Amino acid sequence: MSIDISTARKVAHLARIAVKEEDLPALAGELSAVLAFMEQLNEVDVDGVEPMTSVTPMRLKRREDVVTDGNIQKQILSNAPDAREGFFAVPKVVE
Amino acid sequence: MTKLNELTIAAARDMLRKGEVTSAELTEACLAEIEGAGALNAFVHKTPEIARERAAAADKRLKDGEAPAMCGIPVGIKDLFCTRGVPSQAASNILRNFRPEYESTVSQQLADAGAVMLGKLNMDEFAMGSSNETSCYGNAVNPWRRGNDDAALTPGGSSGGSASAVAADLCLGATGTDTGGSIRQPAAFTGITGIKPTYGRCSRWGIVAFASSLDQAGPMTKDVRDAAIMLQAMCGHDPKDSTSADLPVPDFEAALTGDIRGKKIGIPREYRMDGMPEEIEKLWADGTAMLKDAGAEIVDISLPHTKYALPAYYVVAPAEASSNLARYDGVRYGHRAKLAQGDGITEMYEKTRAEGFGHEVQRRVMIGTYVLSAGFYDAYYNRARKVRALIKRDFETVFADGIDAILTPATPSAAFGLGEMTDADPIAMYLNDVFTVTVNLAGLPGIAVPTGLDRQGLPLGLQLIGRPWEEGDLLNHAYVLERAAGFVSKPAKWW
Repeated sequence: MSIDISTARKVAHLARIAVKEEDLPALAGELSAVLAFMEQLNEVDVDGVEPMTSVTPMRLKRREDVVTDGNIQKQILSNAPDAREGFFAVPKVVE
Repeated sequence: MTKLNELTIAAARDMLRKGEVTSAELTEACLAEIEGAGALNAFVHKTPEIARERAAAADKRLKDGEAPAMCGIPVGIKDLFCTRGVPSQAASNILRNFRPEYESTVSQQLADAGAVMLGKLNMDEFAMGSSNETSCYGNAVNPWRRGNDDAALTPGGSSGGSASAVAADLCLGATGTDTGGSIRQPAAFTGITGIKPTYGRCSRWGIVAFASSLDQAGPMTKDVRDAAIMLQAMCGHDPKDSTSADLPVPDFEAALTGDIRGKKIGIPREYRMDGMPEEIEKLWADGTAMLKDAGAEIVDISLPHTKYALPAYYVVAPAEASSNLARYDGVRYGHRAKLAQGDGITEMYEKTRAEGFGHEVQRRVMIGTYVLSAGFYDAYYNRARKVRALIKRDFETVFADGIDAILTPATPSAAFGLGEMTDADPIAMYLNDVFTVTVNLAGLPGIAVPTGLDRQGLPLGLQLIGRPWEEGDLLNHAYVLERAAGFVSKPAKWW
């Protein structure tokens, strides 16, 4: 399966990565090459095989539903590119 | 006399306990060595103040007695580990200036044991690479060279800075992480030892996530005993990582008996690749003979789905990465792009990620996005997960048949030149992980041990793969191999 320019454009948008129009053909080529490599998986008989979900056969641990952390607003905002009045600030998202 | 920075962890520990050396002296020796090793570009953020403070605390603890094995030992930490107040950017521009408010569990455990952090180590961006060439800090350089040729070689990747630093004696040990071979391949390229424990042995909490079902931390050290000592301090159950195993951690160093009589060593026929260099063939055969001489039984085994491990990995890992890396959106931490008039939040995401992620990371995020997208999820992602189940079953079958450990080459070649693979297609670079990636897919422990030099004088390593949770037994096999191989070569200092 090879990826055309319009699919490459769509994938870049889904991944939220800006790709210049003139770079799309090269990207489509690279993605196609990697996908061609993955095509080998079609040779494997996977009938009746359950997809692997956990690496080791163990039940996920559950913990008590209690507050273990909090009141650390300053720390949480300390690395924000734009923090104002105790919030993360972003461009306007609603008109 | 051995210089202090050249000591093994075990030797330094014994000297510290006898009062023959102080942690302050060891730490100063390493800091001076790091200052003189700029050409290796291994340490990318140095933390001498933290190091001196911890060394002083360690010396006090040693004086009071009852100090753990890692107390006072100077180590380097891969940039993938979040370290409180110290830049932790996974070698990516998108995390430039990020200073975590918290400490990863593994680096905290090392600190609690008294280990001295010297600084942060170079790596491939988000651990995506096999040559340390995708780093935002520039390439880390291998201290080894081909004979008299001064061409710069890769230390491997993604834990390239860790490998270079340990091989060049800039520190006594270093942390690495391994998602597809990122501890074992660089260890083999630099003539050091590196172990990836069983998935779940080390907590992943606070380690920048690449592919969560494959990532594991582990130590990179000068020998097998040091790997046992340092791994011990890094392991253990952590309630903050739901996949962390709630199992007791045995005494790994005590497992190094040097006795493997009667053990069964599997030699998987599928690892004999077409066009495998003769030197690698010979290395493997020699290693097999060494284990046989030590009294182990050699058994030919088959792991029939080996061939499909790399393509399965390159579906599963990018899929998980695309999901994990969605958090880098320019809102909570790291880089945010400058926006143009009228740009909304989508433009902010798209420009931020285009500027912040390097080329290889962008490619893998997009591949992951594609294989998880509607209509392709079953064809790629679910199929890859089924193949992964078969790869795991291959190992379970041979272990059920009584195999104790599996011996393979660690890498398909010795270290290659920086820039030599630039024009090759990405698949050629991915092939570096051909012998190591199966182990991550199956969640098993694997260790790379240096056992020889190629004709150009570069180190080559073998890999041993163990049963799940049997790191002690695996380390013991590696210990036997190490002693039989007697690898003592060091790179000639040029930096």
